[in-house]
Amino acid sequence: MPKRVPRWFLLSLATLLLTSGCSRPGDDPTLPVAKTVQVGGATGQELAAEQILRAANGAEPETLDPHRASGVTASNVLRDLFEGLVTEAADGSLMPGAAESWTISDDGRVYTFRLRANGRWSNGDPVTAEDFTFGLRRSADPKTLSEYSAILYPLENADAVVNGQLPPEKLGVRAIDDRTLELRLHSPTPYVLGLLTHSSTYPVHRPSLQKLGGKFARAGNLVSNGAFRLNAWVVQSHIQLLRNPNYWDDAHTTLTEVWYYPVESADAELNRYRANEFDLTYTLPNRQLPWLRKNLPKELRIAPYLGSYVYGFNTSQPPFKDNIPLRKALAMALDRDVIVTKVGGAGEIAAYGWVPPVTGYRNQAPVWASWTQEQRNAEARRLYAEAGYSPEMPLRVQLLYNTETNHRRLAIAMAAMWRDVLGVNTEILSQEWQVFLQTRRTKIDTQVFRYGWIGDYDDPYTFAEILLSTHGQNDMAYSNPRYDGLLSRASREADAATRMELLEEAERVMLDDMPILPIYFYVTKRVVKPWVVGFKDNIMDHHHSRFVRILKH
Amino acid sequence: MLRLIFRRLLESIPTLLILIAVTFFMMRMAPGGPFDSEKRLAPEVEANLRAAYHLDEPLVQQFGRYLLNLARGDFGPSFQYRDRTVTELIASGFPVSLQLGGFAMLIAVFGGVALGSLAALRQNKPTDYTTMAVAMTGISVPNFVLAPLLVLVFAVYLGWLPAGGLGEASFLEGGWKNLVLPVLTLALTQVAYIARLTRGSMIEVLRSNYIRTARAQGLSTLTILLRHALKPAIIPVVSYLGPATAGLITGSVVIETIFGLPGLGRYFVTGALNRDYTLVLGIVVFYGALIILFNFLVDLAYGWLDPRSRE
Repeated sequence: MPKRVPRWFLLSLATLLLTSGCSRPGDDPTLPVAKTVQVGGATGQELAAEQILRAANGAEPETLDPHRASGVTASNVLRDLFEGLVTEAADGSLMPGAAESWTISDDGRVYTFRLRANGRWSNGDPVTAEDFTFGLRRSADPKTLSEYSAILYPLENADAVVNGQLPPEKLGVRAIDDRTLELRLHSPTPYVLGLLTHSSTYPVHRPSLQKLGGKFARAGNLVSNGAFRLNAWVVQSHIQLLRNPNYWDDAHTTLTEVWYYPVESADAELNRYRANEFDLTYTLPNRQLPWLRKNLPKELRIAPYLGSYVYGFNTSQPPFKDNIPLRKALAMALDRDVIVTKVGGAGEIAAYGWVPPVTGYRNQAPVWASWTQEQRNAEARRLYAEAGYSPEMPLRVQLLYNTETNHRRLAIAMAAMWRDVLGVNTEILSQEWQVFLQTRRTKIDTQVFRYGWIGDYDDPYTFAEILLSTHGQNDMAYSNPRYDGLLSRASREADAATRMELLEEAERVMLDDMPILPIYFYVTKRVVKPWVVGFKDNIMDHHHSRFVRILKH
Repeated sequence: MLRLIFRRLLESIPTLLILIAVTFFMMRMAPGGPFDSEKRLAPEVEANLRAAYHLDEPLVQQFGRYLLNLARGDFGPSFQYRDRTVTELIASGFPVSLQLGGFAMLIAVFGGVALGSLAALRQNKPTDYTTMAVAMTGISVPNFVLAPLLVLVFAVYLGWLPAGGLGEASFLEGGWKNLVLPVLTLALTQVAYIARLTRGSMIEVLRSNYIRTARAQGLSTLTILLRHALKPAIIPVVSYLGPATAGLITGSVVIETIFGLPGLGRYFVTGALNRDYTLVLGIVVFYGALIILFNFLVDLAYGWLDPRSRE
């Protein structure tokens, strides 16, 4: 007996070690052979019998309470579960959601929404204007412990409510009747319709919240008004949604189930995708991109994303305090084309400004953006010398980023470029995310630090406001009264075109001070199985499963 | 016997207390807090959050509160999973980790002892060298290297087994497939250790006089091995079970993360990264108690295997 078992075991162990030793992920030509079944059947449009979407979804959502959730991955699930007054089409454009129509007052400060007559909660109750009033007040109430309530600030009194100076009842929202809802803003805010797709503005089902309290958002309890309802949630395993037959537009929903899987490792999720366990991934490991381009070009999706990857200068401390030439020199000496092609490699867009390509906004860039890199380098050397540095007296600078492979690669490239062009002596330092955030916030212990920002809504303001001198996230300690003034004028401006011009001018003013060092605009990168139809790339990377169909495969 | 159990129970209390205190204060000393995010919180909201989780109290008071709640079996609310308590999370994660660790332990013990005995019987012959070479490889290859390789081969290229997750089917209806790769990866290092331990002590036992006597009586090798040599030979293996459990628990942290299994190890990793104080502490306390219990059981088994140690 001890003779037979070990031999079998030995043999399999040996085989295993041998095979694993030989297989090199990255360039294996003998990859899983595609099945012979034509995707979509003979017509190319035939649907699969099983309409189930399985999506990898990054980090596990902290909660599915729409007002307490804050992460991107929670929002992805909530988008299927709930519907705001306004919603998005598959391409990300705005369209009526729980409200069938709305009117805007002439001064742009009062929005009146007409709710759908057939709007229903997943338990069959009608969705009323009162549900939205209750939801918005709850969302703004500091007792709710919402981490995202600042997004409601365009609403009248929201600021005071969130900070506990006024009761939630004073928020600029009221139900005129069951189907009519009025929102009052403190200034015309053209992007408010986009905000109304955010989970912080979703309604909540009052009876179940009052009955179940903090447990109302758990599987088996959650009553929602979107195209899907929550059926099961096993932490760190999966979230399962079932179609909500009470949804007003259920006739146009094709999927019967949506499964979201939390996966933190991009490599693990790609493996599970290739093993056909996922229909789409959340992201991709950068170093697999060349392989994916070669082997799965039709499944690879890379699209512009509403995010800006920059480095910030701490403008309140030497050496960058009041030192615009030095800031400019460092910004110019980076060859962004090399960075996006060789270091990033996912098709990122080289950036010379702060605001990514937002709808209706003309991207701003300094003059030198149109120069050749040689011209930029020459000017950078001149500015570097002007700031008082030379090869004999080089700048010593500390560059801080949060620990992550891709960030490290970029940091090393930046240090190398600065050394080659200017002779800068860069010390590279990485910190774990939570520590990094704390260090950056001090505005004391930093010099140059990574700063990435993903917009909350499709409008330049979500980026522009961060550089306001009073803004809580202005870790650059940037302060220019002209910039603040232009933004404040833009906030009061009712005319959309004039407002955009003001914001554009503000960015030009800011770029002339260079408190940030633009590097690239983000892209979303994922693989999607050929049988998934209706999943469209868009700049917000917002996707609603109700538009998705699964073809026969 | 009862007295022994009682004494061990009392002894474990200070050990656990020290463990709790060290973990508690180390967690708190780590920079960054559970509510730090890139987006700054409104001051009022932040104050409310801190009050809701008692973070506004002095640290010593928080520690006292934690101990009091713990004495009542309450691990507190999770910081990261806002709607859940740590007790709930441990209850949902532990069965997964137990399955993973339990099967890995079975394979480690049976596989390791079998391989080790085989190597001892064929001492200094090709079988011995091969087995020990494989064992050495098993010890040297870290599981975070082995796991992705196994996934590539058996899940991606061959498609025989799932690449991760717990699966939707119940254990017997195919859910077991999801455990094959994680269990194998986790067990391999321990198989290797145990095989080496068994081989060493088995060689020694096989040389002893009573085995020679048994041989002289004409007993078959198998009978000698199973009936006479095995029991004394696995004593070192049994005393290694305590460290092996600890090794499996640490290993499961990596394995559960790579294979996307919803076990305590994965909760621990994400909990630590998100500064989920209560969750991390809860898992440490829980596993600490478990290891103490296991060491105690090992001591009992030791007494049964080796009459000399009963005194």
